[in-house]
Amino acid sequence: MIGAAFAALRHVLSHRNRHEVLFQMFVTGIKSLGVITVVAMFTGMILALQTGLELRRFGQEVNIGTAVTVVMVREMGPFMTGLVIAASVGSAIAAQLATMTVSEEIAALEVMSIDPVRFLVMPRLAALLVMMPILTIYMNVLGVVGGAIVGQTQLGVSLAAYFDNAIQYARNKDLYVGLFKALVFGVIITTVACQQGFQATEGAVGVGQATRRTVVISFLTILALGYMITRAFYA
Amino acid sequence: MSGTAAIRFEGVTKRLGGRTVLDDVSFEVPRGETFVIVGSSGSGKSVTLKHMIRLLTPDEGDVWVGDACISRADARELPALRDRFGVLFQGAALLQWLTVGDNVALPLREKTRMPAAEIDERVRARLRMLNLEDAFEKYPSDLSGGMQKRVGLARAIVLDPEIVLYDEPTSGLDPVTSRLIDDLIEDLRRKLGLTSVVVTHDLHSALAIASRIAVIHRGRIVEVSTPREFVRSKSEIVQGFLEAQYITRRGDWEGMVTP
Repeated sequence: MIGAAFAALRHVLSHRNRHEVLFQMFVTGIKSLGVITVVAMFTGMILALQTGLELRRFGQEVNIGTAVTVVMVREMGPFMTGLVIAASVGSAIAAQLATMTVSEEIAALEVMSIDPVRFLVMPRLAALLVMMPILTIYMNVLGVVGGAIVGQTQLGVSLAAYFDNAIQYARNKDLYVGLFKALVFGVIITTVACQQGFQATEGAVGVGQATRRTVVISFLTILALGYMITRAFYA
Repeated sequence: MSGTAAIRFEGVTKRLGGRTVLDDVSFEVPRGETFVIVGSSGSGKSVTLKHMIRLLTPDEGDVWVGDACISRADARELPALRDRFGVLFQGAALLQWLTVGDNVALPLREKTRMPAAEIDERVRARLRMLNLEDAFEKYPSDLSGGMQKRVGLARAIVLDPEIVLYDEPTSGLDPVTSRLIDDLIEDLRRKLGLTSVVVTHDLHSALAIASRIAVIHRGRIVEVSTPREFVRSKSEIVQGFLEAQYITRRGDWEGMVTP
């Protein structure tokens, strides 16, 4: 299914798909900004506080800039974005497609010879492929800002010192690997959500099961693949 | 093969979950006829309907649409064969995020290169035919069950199909709306010359619209007859159906006779 969706991406900007793709980008991106903002700020703040309290014992609290930035860009940014999007967007995709499956709307599309993969999966895949890296960058930036706020207010690290330290040790490779993870997580979330949605049976119970399975399978796959990608690039 | 049959089942057997749901089913639906399949829940009515549009594939036997064997059609042939059908699903199966107008326009936008103005005109004409012109901008959730079915019917006929399949068109509707749907089915058959296949357990509806009625019981066709023959059938299964819906024979049958 996901192969067919990738093949259908060549029609992503055609007149009949453009509106749906943009709408899915809006749902995935703009509507997720609120929760991503809160998660990013607190992730950065927690990271800064935990590492800062330990580093302070050695008088090295100025290095929280590096610690927060590297951890956010390499791991926590894509990982937390993946979890948030799996829980919000992935579950919503699964619930919508599962409801369509049990109410015969998917069958209706098939009978009208409208390919459900091109009509439903491709716009969601395109939206996640574009929005996951963008949301991850947003998550990274806000996480680093959250760390800076904690650094200044609770650890006595000035904003200038924090950002100097952060920029000094951050590498482009960290950003690229993090964004690659975000892309992979986007594909995973779309694949799992659409697969579970299309396989739903048994009415409302089936919709609930599809939604729950989407979140669980996406979480576990994101965790496992996140580790494997890190190992491939850094070990 | 009969030159007049719109649909033909030849010894179709289907097993689902280890149970035989269709058992050596054979019948023909002549062109221009309203062919009604009746049976109790789980008898195999909807499964029969799904074979006609290849939502299910027979384990044995074949399903023909005119001169083409849809049960053996490959992925390239299937869309053209399905284009000959319009289908009204049991729950109407309208896309909930689209307006009524967009739902009916969907097949035209997706499958034709018709200009937007022409699509709009065709959609409004179909909605007018089904007394739904005021619903153009509404969403399915704003409509009653009967209106949703009529929108589903408008979508089913918007591409001028040869055959329309109706899956339980009157289920969940009040008697007055049910008769309105019956009238629409008959009206469309007359005006557009459609072949109709209706799956239902509503015998009042079946007797009102059928050219012929097929009775399916435990996956087997037990009788195919005209409505007049149907109410006089000696079959215990048919008599059981008639009695369960308070339809009795009284002299020469003229339409539905209820106690």
